[in-house]
Amino acid sequence: MFSKMLIANRGEIAVRVIRACKDLGINTVAVYSEADQNSLHVRLADERRCIGPAISSKSYLNVRSILDAAKASKAEAIHPGYGYLAENGEFARACAREGFVFIGPTPENLALAGDKINAKNIVENAGVPVIPSSRVGIVKLEEAIRFSEEIGYPVMIKASGGGGGRGIRICASEEILRGEFSVAKMEARAAFGNDEVYIEKCITEPRHVEFQVLADRRGKVIHLGERECTIQRRYQKLIEESPSSRLTPPLRQTMGEMAIAAARAVRYFNAGTVEFLVDPHDRFYFMEMNARIQVEHPVTELVTGVDLIKEQIRLSSGESLGYCYEDLKPRGWALECRINAEDPDKNFLPSPGIIKEYQPPGGFGVRVDTHLYQGYELPMYYDSLICKLISYDLTREGAIKIMKRALAEFTIKPIKTTIPLYLKIMDDPFFKQGIFSTHFIEKFLPEDEEEGEG
Amino acid sequence: MRVQSSATKRVEVRAPMSGIFYRQPGPDQSPYVEVGDRVEKKQVLALLETMKVFQKIKSPVSGKILEIVQANEAPVKDDDVLFVIDAQA
Repeated sequence: MFSKMLIANRGEIAVRVIRACKDLGINTVAVYSEADQNSLHVRLADERRCIGPAISSKSYLNVRSILDAAKASKAEAIHPGYGYLAENGEFARACAREGFVFIGPTPENLALAGDKINAKNIVENAGVPVIPSSRVGIVKLEEAIRFSEEIGYPVMIKASGGGGGRGIRICASEEILRGEFSVAKMEARAAFGNDEVYIEKCITEPRHVEFQVLADRRGKVIHLGERECTIQRRYQKLIEESPSSRLTPPLRQTMGEMAIAAARAVRYFNAGTVEFLVDPHDRFYFMEMNARIQVEHPVTELVTGVDLIKEQIRLSSGESLGYCYEDLKPRGWALECRINAEDPDKNFLPSPGIIKEYQPPGGFGVRVDTHLYQGYELPMYYDSLICKLISYDLTREGAIKIMKRALAEFTIKPIKTTIPLYLKIMDDPFFKQGIFSTHFIEKFLPEDEEEGEG
Repeated sequence: MRVQSSATKRVEVRAPMSGIFYRQPGPDQSPYVEVGDRVEKKQVLALLETMKVFQKIKSPVSGKILEIVQANEAPVKDDDVLFVIDAQA
């Protein structure tokens, strides 16, 4: 096992990783930007090093600065968290080159996960169903139209180099496709430096269900059940749960096997997620592989009893997996609400500022993963995710009740948060029955919500 | 010479919240506006990035840009003046 770990991230995930390291007896090194001197991860770590100015490109994305900090503090391993450098194959390679263990997948895994078209080809060859798509990048509008006719509208234009739901355009007809195609290409170039796009069939009324997988260096792959991530706004997940009310035991078993097959096919290592869409007829399709620990990992932890961050570290230190999903005897139900510093009544505009009053909820079945504390000034430079509130009970109904109680107890003032939105959702009869699609959130949004943010 | 007949007034465009001020849509692109430019009401003048969300700063009036108060990529606070516009009636 490692004796010292550098955490190349900030916010709640840095705090989460530091805590796991402490449980494993590993000394921790926090890195921080000039805007994060007073951030909780800096306070909790055993050591701390400033890696640059507030702007992420000069600090949390600054590979040289982070590797220098690792060298100076004599860290043996680097945990990238999620976002920032977590899926950057070059960073993973640079870590290895300079003698640090990167806690996560191999550089090859990262490269393939970022190359969605190639990943789909490999996974489909392993027998996993995939969404009909053009696979190859499409340059000309005529090609896009020909292919869309073949698979049927609606279709989506997606950026080959994209991620996190960015750069996606839905086209219900040829007319719309004609209008959107060149815009999508321009957008892809601006966002990802690459204007290659592809066409994919748009699954209507889908459920977004993903499987957590773990793989050791010997090639053993297991899954840890599914996470239901259907409730999203602009492709950003808001509420996640495990298990999913949508899956029957046989469907869960088949999808679990397919998740393992997909991970095996790409020779996956460490923790990862296989994302699927499930249509109203129980057909499911592989979407992509996320080569990182995910924001929503705690719901899996609560129902399986496995600390996924510890498992990541254990696997990277060369230990192997001695168990499978069935051995874990998963039980109960976990729900997670991603609380953002955003005003749900004002088009989700961000809301930075000083937290003057902070009182987190507690009690049976409540977990709070956050970097907030009273008096903390929420910087304007970083993501608006301020807290993951997770509830757990033996049943879904029980977990919803606990979530409602916890949300009602939670005081974060004077900034605006998405807590009021979640309180409404917990009372929604369709949510309570587990009936929803990716469009669920729309009825909670003001009608004049403006499209596009740039 | 005739004195300008149309009514003019100085209008300040302020930051709706704290954020990073961008004068251009991308690092390699040219600025939305320069001092002296004629702008229309609702024309985009700049971008403001707050917690990774970008919002457009639009001109509240038609007129001429008198002053660009903030430098590109400057961190600005809620209510800081960003532009001064000569509003032409």
